[in-house]
Amino acid sequence: MDLDVRVPVGLMLAIMGALLVAYGIAGDHAVYARSLGINVNAIWGSVLFATGAVLLALARAAAGRRGRS
Amino acid sequence: MTLTWLDWLLMLVYFAFVLGVGVALKRSTTTSAAFFQAGRAIPAWVCGLAFISANLGAQEIIGMAASGAKYGISTSHFYWIGAIPAMVFLGVFMMPFYYGSRARSVPEYLRLRFDEKTRGFNAISFALMTVFSSGISMYAMAKLLQILHIFEAPFAALGLGPEYIFHVCIVSSAIVVLVYVLLGGLSSAIYNEVLQFFLIVAGFMPLVYLGLRDAGGWAGVVQTVPASLTHAWRGFGSAATSPMGVDAFGVAMGLGFVLSFGYWCTDFLVVQRAMAADSMAAARRTPLIAAVPKMLFPFLVVLPGLIALSVHGGVIPVKVYEGSHTAVLDALGRPQLDYDLTVPTLLLRYFPTGMLGLGLTALLASFMSGMAGNVTAFNTVWTYDIYQAYLRPRASDAHYLRVGRLATVFGIAASVLTAYVAAQFNNIMDVLQLVFAFVNAPLLATFLLGMFWKRATGHGAFVGLVAGTAAAALHHGLTLPAGAIAGVKGGWLGNVATYPSEMAQNFWTAIDAWAVCFVVTIVVSLMTKPRDDRELVGLVYSLTEKPRDEQLAWYQRPAILGVLVLAATAALNLVFF
Repeated sequence: MDLDVRVPVGLMLAIMGALLVAYGIAGDHAVYARSLGINVNAIWGSVLFATGAVLLALARAAAGRRGRS
Repeated sequence: MTLTWLDWLLMLVYFAFVLGVGVALKRSTTTSAAFFQAGRAIPAWVCGLAFISANLGAQEIIGMAASGAKYGISTSHFYWIGAIPAMVFLGVFMMPFYYGSRARSVPEYLRLRFDEKTRGFNAISFALMTVFSSGISMYAMAKLLQILHIFEAPFAALGLGPEYIFHVCIVSSAIVVLVYVLLGGLSSAIYNEVLQFFLIVAGFMPLVYLGLRDAGGWAGVVQTVPASLTHAWRGFGSAATSPMGVDAFGVAMGLGFVLSFGYWCTDFLVVQRAMAADSMAAARRTPLIAAVPKMLFPFLVVLPGLIALSVHGGVIPVKVYEGSHTAVLDALGRPQLDYDLTVPTLLLRYFPTGMLGLGLTALLASFMSGMAGNVTAFNTVWTYDIYQAYLRPRASDAHYLRVGRLATVFGIAASVLTAYVAAQFNNIMDVLQLVFAFVNAPLLATFLLGMFWKRATGHGAFVGLVAGTAAAALHHGLTLPAGAIAGVKGGWLGNVATYPSEMAQNFWTAIDAWAVCFVVTIVVSLMTKPRDDRELVGLVYSLTEKPRDEQLAWYQRPAILGVLVLAATAALNLVFF
């Protein structure tokens, strides 16, 4: 397969994470009353962003290995 | 609770990626092998995630939480007893025959091992069943999104009534699945299943965290719900005290053996994912890799049911009759809870805008992965095992690729039709579902005898299957679950025995059908002419060279992985004993 599945998955998680983090920081904080006062958008958004970044890094490393061999 | 632009944007991002994957894979999907078998070029971990994701349809997510609220942590038996051992068996013992033989599908294995009629029986019932179950889950999901009320405001803004939510859900998801399967075939479905897997985990993990935190942790749940719900095996000593109405033997035999091995080891929907792997070793690892997240899923999908019972005195809404506000009452006159609303209720309760969009996207993703799984299995079985076998045997590869694409369109259209029929006539659907259960129950005996007893013959397998199916129907027709009236629930031939629950009746119907098929296959096989050993090489255990895995690292060897997975599952059972 020419497409490494980690690329679309990583990109999607990174984009969704970034959107959530941005809203978590800039958006209305009153909405977090329902999530027990926790800013889940910012926290979980950064987890998703980091997961996405790791997947992309792994895909890049694998592509580098393939390129050399 | 209303949806904001952020929620819509997150859904849009998901749809863009789903379709993008299809477009990216279009270039490499030029042969029928690429379309139906993903070119047998997918790494093991990708197949593994797709393997569980294809099974992780919306009905699973909604149903397991509902069952978690009804039966408690013993619902995990569907994972720890009803899936893991069978997945290990598939990887260690059965995969060599599926992957190693020339078969391109599970029915095709039956033709190589037995004969044309056994394959035909399996192919036709399987093809019908996939279309039908994809339609049923479509219906269930669209109905659920409609009664959530969350989409009513945006629809009203467009001048559409709430009934349009149902139509839009069905049509839009059907179109998305259609486009990505048409473009990239099985690879596209598998890649999207991986995408959906990550999304489902991302959407549900924070939900469980917030719910548990609100409930005061697991300790808080244990304090607030009945003790029988927080112990996996309490009361299973006898059927009378078991929360499921089945004793430990019934669970082990019915769920742990017949139903679970029958599904995980013979259902092409899941086996197809493993058959797409890039090597024999990868194909065997696929179900073993899948088993790891699978054994942890109860924390994601069953736990929400218990949380919903525990927090604030229980938050699951009461079931009301459609179109009114009158509560549905049970036999004792108490209002019934609408358990299917467990997950959506928690989503709306704990998720602020943003996370709510992610959670709804996860629900949509589970909806579509279940559908795509059915559709890709259907188009393959239709094209290889029905069209190529009986209608047009010697056509060009390009012709079969075209037929496969047409079958995809037809399969999805038929699913949509089924969804609308389900909306009209609930009973017909129940009856059909039952018929498929009868056909499926004995299949495991046919495969076990086929793979592990070289003396089993085609006539034996076919007669055994028919007899097993008849036995399932007979058993169902003569028994009833407690409190049910004769009809779809059983007893349509008279009532010889009453089971404490519907689940008990299901388990024993399956055990019965399996046993009859097993015995009849053996008897008829012994009376008919066996096939030459040489014809069975690669198809039967005793005549096939064992796959060698000494050259693999320990963590790549199926047997070692299998033992580790089983040990971890046993540990989980002990923790929640």
